[in-house]
Amino acid sequence: MIRSELIQKIADENPHLTQRHVERIVNTVFEEIIDALAKGERVELRGFGAFSVKARDARIGRNPRTGEAVKVDDKKVPFFKTGKLLRDRLNGK
Amino acid sequence: MSDKTLTRMDLSEAVFRQVGLSRNESATLVESVLQHMSDALATGETVKISSFGTFSVRSKSARVGRNPKTGDEVPISPRRVLTFRPSHLMKERVAAGKKKR
Repeated sequence: MIRSELIQKIADENPHLTQRHVERIVNTVFEEIIDALAKGERVELRGFGAFSVKARDARIGRNPRTGEAVKVDDKKVPFFKTGKLLRDRLNGK
Repeated sequence: MSDKTLTRMDLSEAVFRQVGLSRNESATLVESVLQHMSDALATGETVKISSFGTFSVRSKSARVGRNPKTGDEVPISPRRVLTFRPSHLMKERVAAGKKKR
């Protein structure tokens, strides 16, 4: 499923809303999550999962092709943990 | 780093503010977004949201695990797990957020 299919499904269920409205609703949801993570906040959606930010330490990496050592700065990366309900659903419970 | 946590309520509040639907309907629509994504994933389908990220379902085979406390061997049955791969945009925005402070 891709973004446009998700929008279409919701538009079909809500004939009183325009396609444009549904697009804005769906986009707002995803933008809000990214904005929160960019601020270092967590997003917890019970039953679905939680998005958080993890810190990675600086390290000495290696260019796999040349074997050269390269400095990798410390950084923040997004992380998602699946919620219990969704995890159970994936396994047919 | 902030320890604030956003919930469904904050997402529906954002929809309410930016789209102008009632609070009630905003909440229903946020739920509907999560529900459709969950339904697709439950059938094993990949959910790809451009400029956000990709959720995909992977199958893990059975293996013998160990209780780290007691050292007992425990069988782990085959199962399906969900992985999320953030988009470049999300990775960049999260990495850049650090510098603003």
